[in-house]
This record gives sequence, structure tokens and C-alpha cells, in this order.
Amino acid sequence: MKTRRINRREFLELAGLVGAGIAGVVFASGLSHAEAAERSIRANDFFFLQMSDTHWGFSGPAVNPDAAMTLEKAVASVNSLEQQPDFIVFTGDLTHTTDDSQERRTRLTQFRDIVSKLKVKDIHFLAGEHDASLDHGEAFQEFFGALHYTFDHKGIHFIVLDNVSDPTGSLGDAQLQWLRTDLARLDRMQTIVVFTHRPLFDLSPQWDWATRDGAEALKVLTPFDYVTVFYGHIHQEHHHLTGHIPHHAAKSLMFPLPAPGSVPKKAPIPWDPTKPYNGLGFRTAQVKAGKKEYPLTEWPVVKG
Amino acid sequence: MKRRKLIVTGIAFVVIMGASAVFLSSERGRVNAATTPANGEQVIHITAKKFAYSPSQIVLKKGEPVVLELTSQDREHGFRQEELGIRVDVKPGETARVRLVPQQTGSFEFACDVFCGTGHEEMAGEIVVVD
Repeated sequence: MKTRRINRREFLELAGLVGAGIAGVVFASGLSHAEAAERSIRANDFFFLQMSDTHWGFSGPAVNPDAAMTLEKAVASVNSLEQQPDFIVFTGDLTHTTDDSQERRTRLTQFRDIVSKLKVKDIHFLAGEHDASLDHGEAFQEFFGALHYTFDHKGIHFIVLDNVSDPTGSLGDAQLQWLRTDLARLDRMQTIVVFTHRPLFDLSPQWDWATRDGAEALKVLTPFDYVTVFYGHIHQEHHHLTGHIPHHAAKSLMFPLPAPGSVPKKAPIPWDPTKPYNGLGFRTAQVKAGKKEYPLTEWPVVKG
Repeated sequence: MKRRKLIVTGIAFVVIMGASAVFLSSERGRVNAATTPANGEQVIHITAKKFAYSPSQIVLKKGEPVVLELTSQDREHGFRQEELGIRVDVKPGETARVRLVPQQTGSFEFACDVFCGTGHEEMAGEIVVVD
């Protein structure tokens, strides 16, 4: 399958922003511009909000000296949005990994308590490998239910895939068959949004930024004209096309990671005291049935 | 008489098992992990254990075939090196073998790609290929 990173212009076109009066300003992620973008969302459109890689329980002052408060601040920022999203999705790594299964549950409890303060109560959770790989998702399911599932919202079919509870980073034959069965009942013109933690394509396998059998999932999704994938895992905004399917990676809410392959060894980017929370944030995505337009707005952790 | 025979057989069994255990133990404890089998190809023994490989640096000669033999001492790990085209699962009780003829000199980092715990991100090493 043809796969490539998309350039800025292609992204703007893909996101439906060229000529929309908000091109570039949304991409630039500035708050005042983002506010302008927010105001531009028409009443009949709906949008969802993506939060990712909160890594609750992480400790590393050089990377995030405000680790204990970052999620709280992000929740407050989301609650302060003038327009609230229809729903919120957390695309995995809710907690930072621990080898202690009891501590894992403690972190999941604390995470759940914090996000319960979100005004929006329709929240969909995905596991990341930090939450689920060591116990095959057992603790995660106690708190948030199924690891893979679907839901429908205003004509859009949303599919949540689990590529983390198997520590090899695979979907597995059973889930792929479940996906085939789910898709078999849909019209080829159905608009589909896929949520997943790891990228479904080989972004950087050496950095563990891939899904072993992700190509098979993309193969069964490809016959559908309107498919878009939102994921986390790589702790940075990233946009990529496989065939006609766009993939959008979200920023983390704990620490950023370098661009794929840009440094010899993958490691968190140190905290910049002159730019607190730099590289962290959440996003909103506007969705319309039957279109490939997904205007994205990147929001900082704290309003400047 | 019969009882004496049983005791002798029992002692012999214990001695044989003990010797085997020592042999296996010394195999696992190798620091210099290379051996040369009859076909002349060098074999490098690598053990994986949370959260390190031993040895963590492997020096190979360009153009000389080698077999990497990987075992795990605790749980499932992975062993991935993209540029050299290596990707294997390393499972307890099994030996994963990879035959390799390095064609380019340089340093090539390998890493675990099966999420194995808190130190997973640091579980890595390097293959150094020299002329």
C-alpha cells in the first residue's frame, strides 16, 4: 500500500481548511487563532475532542516538573471551551506503566477521578500499552470496559481498535475477524472514524511506532471511501496518508517525543522552562458525514 | 540386595542431574557468548531479561556469517533491528535463531519491541559491524 507523510498544503486541503478562512491559523495552533476557529464552527456541525497519552503516574522533573497537575489543567482548559464537544475520546496510555498491578489500579482510579471533572460526560476510553500490555488489559477493563468496540454518532460509525493488550502490539486474528464482520454490514459510502493507540501503519517500527498486523486492518478499511484514523502513542501531532486514508496523531498530555527517526535514540524531550507545556496539548476535530473534511484545532494545555 | 541397587541407582541419578544443572547454569552465565559449531559459522548467544540483553554489545565482522541465538530468562521479549532486517520474538523455554551476514560496517541499535514493563523503553543494545 502506498504510504507517505503529507505536506502542509495537502494537510490543509485534506482537513478542508484551504479557502475556509481559517487555513493556517488552525494549523499554527495559536490559542487566539484557535478561539477564532472555535467560533467558526457552525451550530449544526459536531466536533469531538481528543486527549491522549496522559501517562498519569509518570515522574520525571526534567521532562515534566508539573506532572502531578498537567492533566488537571488540561481538564480545566477543556471545560473552559466556549463550545463543548459532543464527546471526548482518550486514545490510550491513560496511565504510566507500573509492574505492580495494585499500583496500576491506583493510577487508573486517580485518572478516572480527575477526568470525571470534565463537563462532557460522553467519554470513550482506549487503552495504551502502558495501561494494558502487562496484564492483557485486565485492569483497564475493570475500569473502562471493552478494549475494542464501536459506537455511532450523528451518522458516523466510530471503531475503537485495540493494538496494545497483546504486548507484541498486534490486533490479532480474532479482532481482525470482528472488524471484518462489523464492516461487512456497512455501505461503502459510510463515513468511518477509527480510534487506535498505536499507528496502524509502519511509522517507525524500530521505535515501536507500528502495529504488527495493522496493514491487514487497513486492507479491510480501504474499500470504504471515507475513513479517517485518529491515534496517539507518538506524543506529537503527525499527519500521514496510506492510500486514501488519513492518519492523525495527537499530542501527549505528559511529555513530547521527537519526530520519528530524528534522533538516534527515542527519549522524551526535556521541559523548556521558557515554554512550559511546549509540545503538549489536545485537539478538537470537526466531523461531517460523507466528507473528508476534518478541520482540526490544536489546543495548548494552558491558555496563554 | 534389591534395596542397595535402588540406592546406587538413586545416587547416580542425582549426580547426573546435578552435573546437567551445572552445565546449563554455566551456559546461561556466559559473558563471552560466542561459540563456533562444526560448519564454521560463529554462534552468538544472547539472553534477554527485564530490562537488558546480555551481551548488550555484539561485535561482528563484515561479510562473515553469524547465527544469533536468543533466549529469555523471564518473560516474552522481542529483538528488532530494522537496518539489518532482524525481528524475532524471544520466548521463555525457546531458542530463537537468526542467521546474519552483515554487509555494511557501523553501529546498529537493537531493541525490545514486545512491551515488557517499566524498563521496556531502555531495553536495547547495539550490533557493531567492523571490517
